[in-house]
Amino acid sequence: MKHTRHQLDLNMQRRQFLGQAGVSAGALALNSLLADESLEAAPTASALAFPKRAHFAPRAKNVIFLFMAGAPSQLDLFEPKPEMKALHGEPVPGSFLEGLDDALIRGSARIFASPRSFRQYGESGMHFSDFIPNIAECAEKLCMVRSVHTDISNHHPAQLFMNCGVPRFGLPSMGSWISYGLGSESQNLPGFIVMLSRNGSGDLGGPALWDSAFLPAMHRGVTLRNSGDPILHLKNPGGVTTQLQSKRLNSIVRLNELRFKKQMDPEIQQRIAAYEMAFRMQVAAPELLDFKDESRTTLQQYGIDDETSSAFGTNCLLARRMVERGVRFVQLYHYTWDDHAALNKKLKENCDMTQKGVGALINDLDQRGLLDETLVVWGGEFGRTPMNEVRRGINAGNEGRDHHPFAFTMLMAGGGIKRDFVYGKTDDIGYSPIENPVHVHDIQATMLHCLGLDHEQLTYHYRGRDFRLTDVAGNVLHDILT
Amino acid sequence: MTFRFHNISIALIGVFTTVLAFGTGSASSAEPVHWAYKSIERPAVPSIAEKKDWVKSSIDNFILRRLMDNDIQPSRRAMKQTLIRRVTLDLIGIPPTPAQVSAFLNDDQPGAYERVVDRLLASPRYGEKWARPWLDLCHYADTDGYLTDQLRPVAWRYRDWLIDALNQNKPFDEFTIEQIAGDLLPSRSQDQFIATGFLRQTLSNREGGADIEEFRVLQVIERVTMIGTTWLGLTVGCARCHDHKYDDISQQEYFQFYSLLNNADEVNIDAPLGGRAQEFWESRDDYNQARQQLLAANRLAVDELQKTWEQKILHAYKNPGEDHIWDRQYELLGLIWGGGLGEGQLEGVEIAKLDWAKRTQRQKDDLLDYFLRYGSVVDPEKFSELSLSELRGQLEKLKKEYPIALRAPGMQAAVNKRKTRIHIRGEYLDKGDQVQPAVPSVLPKLAVADELDPRLTLAQWLVSDKNPLTSRVFVNRIWQEFFGRGLVLTSEDFGIQGASPTHPDLLDFLASEFMSSNWDVKALQRRIVLSSTYQQASTYRPELTSIDPENELLARQNSLRLSGETIRDSALATSGLLSAKMGGPGVRPPQPESVTLEAFGSHPWDVSKDEDRYRRAVYTFVLRTTPFAQTAVFDAPSPQSPCARRERSNTPLQALTLLNDEVFFEAAQHLARQIDTEAGDDLDRINKLFTVCLQRLPEREEASLLQQLLAENRTFFKSHPELIDATVGRENAELNTAAWVHTCSVMMNLHEFITRD
Repeated sequence: MKHTRHQLDLNMQRRQFLGQAGVSAGALALNSLLADESLEAAPTASALAFPKRAHFAPRAKNVIFLFMAGAPSQLDLFEPKPEMKALHGEPVPGSFLEGLDDALIRGSARIFASPRSFRQYGESGMHFSDFIPNIAECAEKLCMVRSVHTDISNHHPAQLFMNCGVPRFGLPSMGSWISYGLGSESQNLPGFIVMLSRNGSGDLGGPALWDSAFLPAMHRGVTLRNSGDPILHLKNPGGVTTQLQSKRLNSIVRLNELRFKKQMDPEIQQRIAAYEMAFRMQVAAPELLDFKDESRTTLQQYGIDDETSSAFGTNCLLARRMVERGVRFVQLYHYTWDDHAALNKKLKENCDMTQKGVGALINDLDQRGLLDETLVVWGGEFGRTPMNEVRRGINAGNEGRDHHPFAFTMLMAGGGIKRDFVYGKTDDIGYSPIENPVHVHDIQATMLHCLGLDHEQLTYHYRGRDFRLTDVAGNVLHDILT
Repeated sequence: MTFRFHNISIALIGVFTTVLAFGTGSASSAEPVHWAYKSIERPAVPSIAEKKDWVKSSIDNFILRRLMDNDIQPSRRAMKQTLIRRVTLDLIGIPPTPAQVSAFLNDDQPGAYERVVDRLLASPRYGEKWARPWLDLCHYADTDGYLTDQLRPVAWRYRDWLIDALNQNKPFDEFTIEQIAGDLLPSRSQDQFIATGFLRQTLSNREGGADIEEFRVLQVIERVTMIGTTWLGLTVGCARCHDHKYDDISQQEYFQFYSLLNNADEVNIDAPLGGRAQEFWESRDDYNQARQQLLAANRLAVDELQKTWEQKILHAYKNPGEDHIWDRQYELLGLIWGGGLGEGQLEGVEIAKLDWAKRTQRQKDDLLDYFLRYGSVVDPEKFSELSLSELRGQLEKLKKEYPIALRAPGMQAAVNKRKTRIHIRGEYLDKGDQVQPAVPSVLPKLAVADELDPRLTLAQWLVSDKNPLTSRVFVNRIWQEFFGRGLVLTSEDFGIQGASPTHPDLLDFLASEFMSSNWDVKALQRRIVLSSTYQQASTYRPELTSIDPENELLARQNSLRLSGETIRDSALATSGLLSAKMGGPGVRPPQPESVTLEAFGSHPWDVSKDEDRYRRAVYTFVLRTTPFAQTAVFDAPSPQSPCARRERSNTPLQALTLLNDEVFFEAAQHLARQIDTEAGDDLDRINKLFTVCLQRLPEREEASLLQQLLAENRTFFKSHPELIDATVGRENAELNTAAWVHTCSVMMNLHEFITRD
């Protein structure tokens, strides 16, 4: 007899569920919840996402992935290339293009030296430009990977590549894989939460980036929105108070139990558990979102008191609160960093919106002792060219950079990653890696490794083959692990 | 800009142990070993000595034989109420009305159930239900996909064709041929062209910098996958980059199959709706004459300028990197042609590559229109000297003075023939040996004559009686719809890695009967629902959990959670809100605003008004990158790739949707206002409510639970009269109605309401 993995999982869950919970556990849980409204008091009858065992001892429990969609310019943030000053305005020297079949660059592109000033931080002498002082101050906690490269240079396929391991649709995202591999530790919140903030429209691929594809839907990223309901349908419809909602729920649970007695279908039990969890989410989410127990200083550090940095800062603080509450994978998207023109102006805007929050998050996690068990990753889907973009004509004073998949920088921190460490090196104009190139699949393999998951073992059989996050590649970057 | 540098597929090599054998193929022995590749022989129907009265159909012989061999008794027939709910939801996707239920309950004559089945098969609702799994396979959407996700305002022409074809019970062989090659049929009709919209559901990338050839190749690959999944149950995609690891498909064979589709181009045609057709076609001569008159004035000068523009574009196409301005013009021609109109993206490029003498009038007109709009870069001075912008304005004005036809997407034979070469390691720029069109050698041979576009030959091969897969794969998916799982569990994969059939003889019996019935789909479905196997009770049988945990032997029916679409349609139908209107452009029922803001953000979700707010889910507008939230929560697959088998998950977000979504609460309000006007006391009304929602009367305990809820809510609203209007959704509403709203909402949240037992 053949089973798909999912069916075996479901059967296991059913058995565990029936073993753990008697027929009326659902109602008991709900009633106790209603009685004292204390989340701690609720028995953990939910059969929806059991914590599962990792392949080996994990260093990180949770992940916060700060996804900078649209692709920020590594050459104006992390990579001072003094040699470029002399080449400014010149065509790209032929030596950098050897072996490349990159038609458009040959034409009329000109080197664009960054107008930014850089300083070194930490023992490692990590470089940061003047646009991101708060991130720079975290240098001693960060690992900077300067030699990341990807396969594709269109936004959406490249975002899919970074999240799902292939530049196509239809495969599960990293958060879904991790939720599937490790289960959830939160009884009240989803295991994979996505938050969005933006500067302008466009350049974000949307729900395919946090889709569970063929993995069970419970592993799909749930978006927490900053307008309207934070989670879809978390709010009761018009005229329904908490008391009415609890009566409604109580009746649903009790009628479902009667039905179970007659039909004996374990799916009904699982339905009851899902309603319980839904109700707990309705109670837990507002508590999560309520910053009343955070100090004024904390709010200031995250930039929440400032209109410019408030949206992303809020999401950063929420990310900390989520990992404190056991959410496995938190992903923040900020978009768009796609500065084809007016890069100086727009890059500053994006940095002003985000860099305070990033710095505060890393410091805050560290001070609370959470950084060691939380893996934080910062980066976009690719980098930007060393050349000024000329597709739309010469644009003095208004320069921008085009998409550059060959070399870009990502930051990692916590969760078993070395502190104060720079990895990889690019050539004099930042065109290609010349030391320790790191492929996107290597980043993914390393992230899974930090969580105690072997990227080659975390597979799912579907349509005739075993799929995995890293497709058929990926090496763990042991050099950057503690 | 698209770069090629480090290709994913390079990495594919190392891991797979299969030795790559480009160009050699791995044509195996003449006698296939794997069951699914063997030809279909009609097996004998097993004879049954016992329980003769249980057997209603040959299906039952096969099922009962296996049960008896395992000492398992089948289940009793389901109660009549359960049966009519089951068969109605399965055949038309909405629950039966109380009148239909009571008619069936009161019909003691022989053939009562058959009469219900025949009524359902003849209902126009049937096509709306059965279109859905087919739309999953071709991953239908009303937008392009990718970042820009532009609108395809006429995509629905294919969806309407499909619903109509299903309702007509078009034989599956014709149904197949028309969707793959309807445009190539001799004297094809407009509808046969529209059928090829199946192949138009591939994604289009219009993001600046996208390499148009790369994404055309991806479209052909996607068509191979769609056909492989839909008709052959083969995961041919694996062989794109290397010989298939498990199945006997070499990389060469993959590209041979690919070449069967590599000379089909996207095209839209004028396809006026019925009532408009005559008027439109009769106006064409006059229109063309008037157009030529407008163009006559500067004909030669304009032609010359356009030719220069085309030459520069073609030069850039052949010599990329020389001049970024013309590189950009070539790129733009591929990216913006027909954007937002759902037109074939590469039509312009293909026309430009074609000799002037070989162009049809329509091709000439279309490229000229594009040139007049975007071509000034060739010589801005000359452009204004000839007043070409003005000319463009006049031509557009002229178009509006004549009847306009609705467009329809479909396929046509390539304008410029392409050769197919193996893409080494799946990399489209890395060309290996040239290949000729063919199908994998494990399957019966397909003979391709010297055809430019061999799709018709492919389509006919798919439905030839020699093909061992098409009928098995299709029959299996139909079975899956009626039992929740196929006789082959992996309905998308009949290859060596797929599951083996639980009842191989039954599968072959049905497949062979299906072919010999001239591919009669409704007859197949009728045969299944009339079987005793189908009509069994679904009550869980704990004593069988260790012997047959997945119920593969079918000693009972399965309880199945309804699809997201059917859940929505059921709620609307139950409350009386559901519109019966068929066809037309996609509609936008309410969903939380933040859903569409999350995506690219360029498509406002303007909620449809009046009747269009309550249409069946199959008519909901599909934004490819941001699917409708309610159905996605209930496992509707993402419209990015083919899906032959949906998940049935059970999550808290589903609970939140049913509890709190505007649509479901509105349905509860609507139902409550009706129940509240029913005659009788609370118990009578509760009985009525149960009949409407679940097609059965409540047990005593169930009724008393609802009575208690009603009483509590009445007390509650007495002390909170300010909440009554909001609860009922009307001004000056009655307290009693508010109490009923909650009762109705409870009913629509029950597991049983979203399940068919």
